[in-house]
Amino acid sequence: MGAFLISRLLSALIVIIGVVCLVFMLIHLVPGDPVDVMLGESAIPADREALRSSLGLDRPITVQLTDFLKGVAVLDLGDSLHTRQPVSELLASHIPATLELALAALIVTLLTAIPLGILAAVNRGGMGDWGAMGFSMLGLSIPNFWLGPLLILCFSLWLGWTPVSGREDFSSLILPAVTLGTGFAAILARMVRSSLLEVLGEDYVRTARAKGLDETRVIWRHAMRNAWLPVITLLGLQLGALLGGAVVTEVVFDWPGIGSLMIESIQKRDYPVVQGCVLFISLAYVLVNTLTDILYGLIDPRIRSGGTA
Amino acid sequence: MMRRWLPYLLIALWGIAALIGPWFNEPANLIDLEKILQPPSLSGLLGYDDLGRPILMRLVAGAQTSFLVAVGVVGLSAIIGTAIGLLAGYQGGWLDLLLMRVIDIFLAFPGILLAIALAGVMGPGIDNLIIALSAVGWVGYARLTRGQVLSLKTRDHVTAAVALGSSQWTILTRHLLPLLLAPLIVEATFGMAGMVIAEAGLSFLGLGIQPPYASWGSMIRDGAGYMLMAPHMVLAPGVTIMLLVLSLNLLGDRLRDYLDNRLD
Repeated sequence: MGAFLISRLLSALIVIIGVVCLVFMLIHLVPGDPVDVMLGESAIPADREALRSSLGLDRPITVQLTDFLKGVAVLDLGDSLHTRQPVSELLASHIPATLELALAALIVTLLTAIPLGILAAVNRGGMGDWGAMGFSMLGLSIPNFWLGPLLILCFSLWLGWTPVSGREDFSSLILPAVTLGTGFAAILARMVRSSLLEVLGEDYVRTARAKGLDETRVIWRHAMRNAWLPVITLLGLQLGALLGGAVVTEVVFDWPGIGSLMIESIQKRDYPVVQGCVLFISLAYVLVNTLTDILYGLIDPRIRSGGTA
Repeated sequence: MMRRWLPYLLIALWGIAALIGPWFNEPANLIDLEKILQPPSLSGLLGYDDLGRPILMRLVAGAQTSFLVAVGVVGLSAIIGTAIGLLAGYQGGWLDLLLMRVIDIFLAFPGILLAIALAGVMGPGIDNLIIALSAVGWVGYARLTRGQVLSLKTRDHVTAAVALGSSQWTILTRHLLPLLLAPLIVEATFGMAGMVIAEAGLSFLGLGIQPPYASWGSMIRDGAGYMLMAPHMVLAPGVTIMLLVLSLNLLGDRLRDYLDNRLD
């Protein structure tokens, strides 16, 4: 177990360093001179030099990179070019909203995907299967920047049940969570279905049925127990992806999270903040994936001994 | 019968609209203040937007953007990703290790986050959009190809080719690549569906093609402000995207079933 843990943490560390380097390179992808882009061509030379040195762009690139890495290690990501606030402070004030949305969307995902997947697997080839998989196909194909406005139109404008946008009380969380959760529910429902179908074909399930257990017990106590494993992996991947996918949903609902902050900063050409947002979301993603990997290893001993690649 | 052919029909329509799109740019951008927000009617089939531009024309013009981006990104990603995957899988050793680490790093960015950041930093425009999405897209093809090559390279016909002294290039392109085509085509079909959504999503965020040129994503963004008065502005492009993505996903599903059967 120790070796497994160390190899997982080590590969996560390598990925994290790579991610930080890639995020660092972002600002060097700005076409032309980033200082020109941020200040405009008409800025006076003194201002340009001041910005250049405050961004560290006047130093050799290797020095810039080591400084950036050092900064990240102590959570110093520079200052916003607009508000002069430290980027880490800005991130901290937007993180709770994003986490809240991601968790709510995860709950929506679980509450729809698991029943749908089971329904489809149990009624394989029947109406339930057809309906659940039809819903899943629809959920996969509906972009959340369209589902969001559609839900706003129905539930906020026509029915007046929920606020149109913003983050106030619980009711303002419902539509964003449903919007973000739908696509993921569609993927997860397919996974639950195929995973359960595989298990339902096993001998021990036949035995459980043969000894006269009722179907509910067979499904929940016997089959689902083994069907969970691939579902948990996917869930871990999804929680991370939810953080990334939240960008568009946050913009649709004007939800004050990291995604909104990132798009706003892109529009203002506030690149240090953009870097901070990308860094936070991807690091959170790596963290969740690594934890899932370790958790998976804990549940299923085959993974631990199996491969470290 | 209809259900079977509808996806193909819709995908064909998308391609045709993209081809004839250039002739629709002018009428699609024609501002007519008398027709602002007019709902669908016999004379203007899908109604008019907030500047009085005909929505049907804008849908056709927008098909160009989505087609160009989807085909461009999938083509570019598939070529780069397959090449890298072939090399990593066949060569093995340190090169494989290095390339896999790079792939891991790219996979550490969830969804289209990296594409949003890249497109945002490089500035709007269709070329930057294609670059940004391809920078993220190649990884999937590379992983798929590498995995397949790892299992294929021990097959007898490859061993025979090596024994016969075939060059590495010949082995990769003549003996391995043809066997990879089936899974790659399936992946590319799903990839097209993903890219239609990604292009529209980035355009929705204002990072895609710039006004006055039409993109389905920016049409939804423009319409979101007028939802109560003119819901058709959001409904028309949204339904279009959804039906097209649904069709591409169905096509992908069918191709997978078909090619799987043949491989078995």
